[in-house]
Amino acid sequence: MRALATSLALLCAGCTGSQTVLAPMGPQAAQLNWLLWSFILICGIIWLLVMFVLVLALRYAAVPSQRGERRAAVIVGVSVAASALVIIVLTVMSYAATRGLSVAADDPLVIRLRGYQWWWEVTYTDRRPDRMLVTANEIHVPVGHPINIELSAADVIHSFWVPNLVGKQDLIPGRRNDLTFTASRPGVYRGQCAEFCGLQHAHMALLVIAEEPAAFEAWRDAQLQVARPPETIEQEAGRTFFVSQPCAACHTVRGTNAAGTLGPDLTHVASRRTIAAGLLETTRGSLAAWIADPQTIKPGNNMPMVTMTPEQLRAVSAWLVDLQ
Amino acid sequence: MMRAEAGDLQHSIAPDMRDTDLAPEVLDRQLERVWGTPATLWGILATVDHKRIGRRYVATAFIFLAMGGVLALLMRLQLAGPERRLIGPDRYNQIFTMHGANMMFLFAVPVMEAIAVYLVPLMVGTRNIAFPRLNAFSYWIYLAGGVLLWVAFALDMGPDIGWFAYVPLSGPQYGSGKRADIWAQMITFTEIAALAVAVELVVTVLKQRAPGMSLDRVPLFVWAMLVTSFCVIMAMPAIMVASTSLILDRLVGTHFYNPAEGGDVLLWQHLFWFFGHPEVYIIFLPAVGMISGILPTFARRPIFGYLPLVLALIATGILAFGLWVHHMFATGLPRLGESFFTASSMAIAIPNGVQIFCWLATLALGRPVLAAPLLFVLAFFFTFIIGGLSGVMVASVPLDTQVHDTYFVVAHFHYVLIGGAVFPLMGAIYYWFPKLTGRMMSERVGRVVCGLVFVGFNLTFFPMHILGLQGMPRRIYTYQPDMPWGGLNLFVSLSSCLLAAGFLIFFIDIMRCMRWGLPAGDNPWNAATLEWATTSPPRSYNFARIPVVSSANPLWDEPELLVSSGLRVERRELVISTVAAAVPEARDASPANSIWPFFAAIATTGMLISSIFTPWAVVWGSLPVMVTLIGWFWPKSTPEDQA
Amino acid sequence: MTSILQKPRMAFDLSELPLHGKRSASLTWWGTLGFMLIEGSGFALVLAVYLYLASIATEWPLGAPPPDLLPGTIVTAVLLLSLIPNMLVSRWARQEDLRKVRIGMIVMALLGIAPLVPRAFEFSALNVLWDSNAYGSITWTLLGLHTTHLITDLIDTLVLSALMFTRHGRNPRRFGDVQDNAMYWNFVVLTWLPIYASLYGIPRL
Ligand code: HEA
Ligand code: HEA
Ligand code: HEC
Ligand code: CUA
Ligand SMILES: [Cu+2]
Repeated sequence: MRALATSLALLCAGCTGSQTVLAPMGPQAAQLNWLLWSFILICGIIWLLVMFVLVLALRYAAVPSQRGERRAAVIVGVSVAASALVIIVLTVMSYAATRGLSVAADDPLVIRLRGYQWWWEVTYTDRRPDRMLVTANEIHVPVGHPINIELSAADVIHSFWVPNLVGKQDLIPGRRNDLTFTASRPGVYRGQCAEFCGLQHAHMALLVIAEEPAAFEAWRDAQLQVARPPETIEQEAGRTFFVSQPCAACHTVRGTNAAGTLGPDLTHVASRRTIAAGLLETTRGSLAAWIADPQTIKPGNNMPMVTMTPEQLRAVSAWLVDLQ
Repeated sequence: MMRAEAGDLQHSIAPDMRDTDLAPEVLDRQLERVWGTPATLWGILATVDHKRIGRRYVATAFIFLAMGGVLALLMRLQLAGPERRLIGPDRYNQIFTMHGANMMFLFAVPVMEAIAVYLVPLMVGTRNIAFPRLNAFSYWIYLAGGVLLWVAFALDMGPDIGWFAYVPLSGPQYGSGKRADIWAQMITFTEIAALAVAVELVVTVLKQRAPGMSLDRVPLFVWAMLVTSFCVIMAMPAIMVASTSLILDRLVGTHFYNPAEGGDVLLWQHLFWFFGHPEVYIIFLPAVGMISGILPTFARRPIFGYLPLVLALIATGILAFGLWVHHMFATGLPRLGESFFTASSMAIAIPNGVQIFCWLATLALGRPVLAAPLLFVLAFFFTFIIGGLSGVMVASVPLDTQVHDTYFVVAHFHYVLIGGAVFPLMGAIYYWFPKLTGRMMSERVGRVVCGLVFVGFNLTFFPMHILGLQGMPRRIYTYQPDMPWGGLNLFVSLSSCLLAAGFLIFFIDIMRCMRWGLPAGDNPWNAATLEWATTSPPRSYNFARIPVVSSANPLWDEPELLVSSGLRVERRELVISTVAAAVPEARDASPANSIWPFFAAIATTGMLISSIFTPWAVVWGSLPVMVTLIGWFWPKSTPEDQA
Repeated sequence: MTSILQKPRMAFDLSELPLHGKRSASLTWWGTLGFMLIEGSGFALVLAVYLYLASIATEWPLGAPPPDLLPGTIVTAVLLLSLIPNMLVSRWARQEDLRKVRIGMIVMALLGIAPLVPRAFEFSALNVLWDSNAYGSITWTLLGLHTTHLITDLIDTLVLSALMFTRHGRNPRRFGDVQDNAMYWNFVVLTWLPIYASLYGIPRL
């Protein structure tokens, strides 16, 4: 069984940003994985037993007799009692796992995650307000440090699920949920919105990037910077275009006067691996394609097509791809 | 027209004429005149014969199965490969919502009630269901609800919010257009229909049983339907409250589900699942009743453990109301409180186990004949237990946080719905087809169908467990090529064609055998229960003389069935008996055919559909409803009104 | 073993049974009970929604003073009073006394209309509109649901009263209908009591 588990896990190990229950990368997921395989084992045995009895029952040529009836009654009674016992065991196991998962961590890193149709806003809290940080669709976490995610939703219900790390938890308008997990190994773990939330529910992914604490701090310091000033004339034109167009009404780029909040914060958009909630890899080409026609790439999403000339498009994408 | 016929009768037949001394042919002719339905359009619209209505109901439900199945195939076509552009997100969302809503509300629940409408009066030995006009009304309302849903879908107005329509996605702010209203109103239609049938069945079972059929002699299918009907009566009001308040939020600006104004989003989920969980047992319990009906016949011995089986049915029905939160394990309710629902959900495995073990004992102690109906029961054992056990897995709070809303759950519920309910249903069709039509279905084709559906089903749905564990969420219209799901999805989609082929042959065989099947005779399987004690198909009056029952397996235990006498033959008369011991206490009249239920259904439909657009429709729309209801209940000078 | 049509063995003579069952021997009685069960579940659920919303709210009532007591209390008094003639009608119907039943039905029709008058004022006495907030929504719904029951039973009473004055009146079935109608009115009155207690009591807790 273990062998099967590992081979199934290996099947997925290669893929980019793995998203599977079968390859746990943190203590919470590991505990759930253990629970999963225990349940599969127990249920598998029950199923085999019932099938075995079914075959016997079909092949057994009964001679009607009082004794046969009585024996059957005893067997049925024993089976029911045994089922009750199994159920008690399963309930206790499940209860124990729940307790194990709900212990509060001390000094966790608190991250706020807010679900929007169809992207994620990520806020890093800090005791110092100037170290608060807003980004989108990508969560960096230090390996080995407990993370506490505060979940809320801006519009409809979404669900945060990164199966390699922890089970899912909903983001519900008007409510707040909490989830604790720890990543024990560096890596990129993909997660996906797991509650149906409308047209682009299928394209509402996010990445959790677990890195060594030093790398994490470096990332965080970089993210705290305002947007990098344009270097080329084209980038300069891109920025001018961006802040004078509807873009600025929806997006924030710290260091410019673009301060909209309807769409993802773009201050360091190019530092993120993907855009549009996991849909496209971040390249100049994909940025340009996205801006040129977001509705074909992700039909129904909340970013409208803004008309612009090819030069303007080139300029904007040149600027954005430089926002490391 | 019926009135004229009744008038004729009064001339030829003396009032208060009894069946006691009539020769069989005279009796048959006379009963047919009183109970029959003329073969005219009026007859079709006005009939209140439970067999005609039951057959209609079954046929309609199967049409919805085929249509929902075609939607499933479309989904499988879209999901066969990554980033396929065949169906866009908008259509896909409508399609899976239609598939789910159609299968649950227009196929699974109605088909079970439909079979009960047909069989229960025969099984308890009476001449018509209680409140036969309500029964006719129920069918028309159900049909209207189904047509409403599908017409909306054809007009690109199909609901796109999932079969449980979570707010706020279905609320006034995010569910634009009339799509969510269509969903909510379709619910109203199907719930009215289901509630009506539930009341009819409860009263039929409690009050119209043949003399001597005390509660410990009631066939298990009838028991199952009694418990199911009570579940319907207790559960469906919850969805009525939910869908009505949703419509109010959308139409007149109430705030039940608006957190900004003191409403709550999770309230919807509580209300929905307080209905939704019992709903799945409303589908499943009739199916287990069918198995308890089929098994003894083919094991050639009485069922083992009658009393434990009845108790298991009742226990399941009661427990069903204590589990709803297991659909909400990811919503962040207090974790340890949720564990209570783990315990209660798993506890339901015990009554289920009792049933499985009793059935196995019946097979072991009998001499099984592997005819087609029994093959479907065996397919049930194989698949349902997998589904039940995966249900026990998702009942665990921590485990469910990993598999909730993934294809693992999709696998679970298709295993229990198709393995647990559709397989027994298909077995039931093979088994009762002779009673419904007077002809046998083909045993040879039956084996092919069973094999195809069984293999196709498992190949289609087993891999979904793995997909779910590999992280594939449900309700996604596509997935990206770098996810490792493409291969299995292709395999699933190909297998679903096998499954569909099985269903297709099944449907073709039904149509073929309706015309060309071998004549069946009254009791082709040599079964024990009362429905086999009359002709196939039964006459309009079911039994020329009401049987008298003195055992749980009357046709096996009694060398010749005793009958009763003394009923009037110039009006529709049936026997009312006491609840527990079934001692006759009155001969009451059963309502005659009437066109009013049909008109009432039309008026109700008009009111419900207009109320999607304006709340005032409820006011002025209820006037025609009232008129038709008065027409329905106003006494006519027929013998049926005498007392 | 096949058909019982061929050689019936009569075992049971039903000819002396009454032509129409009364009370628990009548199907309509059971049907009324069934629908009361359905509607009772509905009322219980809407009440549960009320309690649920109250339990999650920070204050209750939400943004409104508690409802004024007067109209609702008048409705309650009228409904409770109406139980007396209602029981009488039911008894007269059991005795099949057509004249008294006719009078009683007219009284009951009037007593069906009577509570609707203060009920009309009750809505504004709630001091909140249905679209103000969730509190308004649930109180209007509770009251509306109950009012619907009052009106449907009133219509039923009116039609039945009319019937009792026709030639169809003198018929044990009609007397049964009158009794079932009376039973349903008891139900409508009794369901009002917990609603009354919640609507007016809980905001004052
Ligand atoms: C016919 C329909 C049917 C039936 C019978 C069942 C039966 C069960 N279901 Fe299922 N269920 C659905 C239809 C059904 N379900 C549907 C439609 C959904 C999804 C809705 C949606 O989200 O769209 C769902 C979802 C669902 C969930 C929510 C999952 C999620 O969304 O994350 C859960 C969680 O607890 C659950 C549990 C169970 C359990 C414990 C049983 C038990 O009754 C099973 C009991 C049976 C057995 C266990 C097998 C036989 C017993 C033995 C052989 C004895 C020995 C056994 C043991 C000792 C364990 N079901
Ligand atoms: C009893 C209920 C029932 C039944 C029978 C089925 C049957 C099938 N279901 Fe489904 N299903 C649900 C109930 C049911 N389903 C529910 C409740 C949901 C959840 C919806 C939601 O999330 O809201 C769901 C969701 C669901 C999904 C998930 C969609 C998603 O989350 O995106 C999928 C995906 O593969 C699926 C597939 C199938 C398949 C392949 C079948 C096959 O068994 C179908 C087999 C094929 C046929 C029956 C057609 C064969 C007939 C013909 C070819 C004849 C045509 C000719 C004539 C008209 C004469 N179903
Ligand atoms: C009406 C609001 C709105 C306007 C105007 C708008 N956007 Fe957006 N933008 C969004 C939203 C919402 C998203 C998230 C879409 C999604 O992933 O579903 C988004 C996403 C993006 C992204 C991807 C970010 C990421 O991390 O995924 C980029 C880049 C972007 N917008 C650039 C632009 C540019 C350039 C313009 C102007 C030409 C623009 N936006 C105008 C709302 C807007
Ligand atoms: Cu967000 Cu699904
Ligand atoms: Cu459930």
